[in-house]
Amino acid sequence: MPEKLDIDSLVQEGPFERDEVVRMIDSVVRKVSISGIDNEGAGIVSDIQELGQIIEQMRRDIGRSGVGDIKDKHIPTATDELDAVVGSTEDATGAIMDACEAIQGFVSESGGAVSDKIDAEVIKIFEACSFQDITGQRISKVVGTLKEIEAKVAVILDALGGAIPASSEGADDGAAGTDPEADLLNGPQMPGEGVSQSDVDKLLSDFD
Amino acid sequence: MSVDKDMNVLIVDDYKTMLRIIKNLLGQLGFKNVDEATDGTMALELLKGKNYGLIISDWNMEPMTGLELLKTIRGSNDNCKSVPFIMITAESKTENVIAAREAGVNNYIVKPFNAETLKQKMTSVLGEF
Repeated sequence: MPEKLDIDSLVQEGPFERDEVVRMIDSVVRKVSISGIDNEGAGIVSDIQELGQIIEQMRRDIGRSGVGDIKDKHIPTATDELDAVVGSTEDATGAIMDACEAIQGFVSESGGAVSDKIDAEVIKIFEACSFQDITGQRISKVVGTLKEIEAKVAVILDALGGAIPASSEGADDGAAGTDPEADLLNGPQMPGEGVSQSDVDKLLSDFD
Repeated sequence: MSVDKDMNVLIVDDYKTMLRIIKNLLGQLGFKNVDEATDGTMALELLKGKNYGLIISDWNMEPMTGLELLKTIRGSNDNCKSVPFIMITAESKTENVIAAREAGVNNYIVKPFNAETLKQKMTSVLGEF
């Protein structure tokens, strides 16, 4: 007599990791195979085997889609890029205000009606520079949302089994799959990455 | 009573850009004695060492927000308890304004703002200058 599977206690133990589900399905199939089956039992075995194949296929599909890259690559890259946007706009805004203060210094020395007009316009530039604060706060909210998505993706991946590959090797990367030069389109590099103008000059001179 | 433009003004914001903008605008209005803090905690430290005639603060800062700063000031027994406090913030929901008012804010400016708005709100808090 085959060992009886205690379904009720299993249900109470759940939820299970993907590997546990596969192991249970294999166990059921093996036990039914050993004990012999009637027509009704054969249908159940077939259904269970199909369920196992569906789970395995889903795991392979998820692995191929590179969903792990959302957590490991895409979101960290996006947040880094957004941080760089905040940094570069802050630098640019600082440079604009430096220039404004220099102009204010010149006009205060020269005086007159024209100077007053120039000063009034410079104040408008200062006021407009507050965009950097507003965009910075908006970008911070977007970064927060991305981090929430990252955490939720991690939970989903854990639930599907830790063995899902994180790499998107073989995954469909859109344009990269059809355009061999798409890998060259990476946009501005992060501070400290890429090459400087002097590096470029040196590199080009090496071709001469 | 006229406003003493030599009064100390404390501006609090975690964005250097905003500190610089507000400081410049205050300078244009004739207020030259301006100190800067980048969050509520730093502002409280400055308040311990000097008397201020006006505090202009952002709301969204870490670790101490502008609202927490306001509540701490209004709840203290120090000289700074009744210093005029203007909140300048991008937080523009009704409940924000109500919370700030209930905490004792004297006026509330929504970012982005201009020099004219700053002058108007300062006038309403300090009087004509």
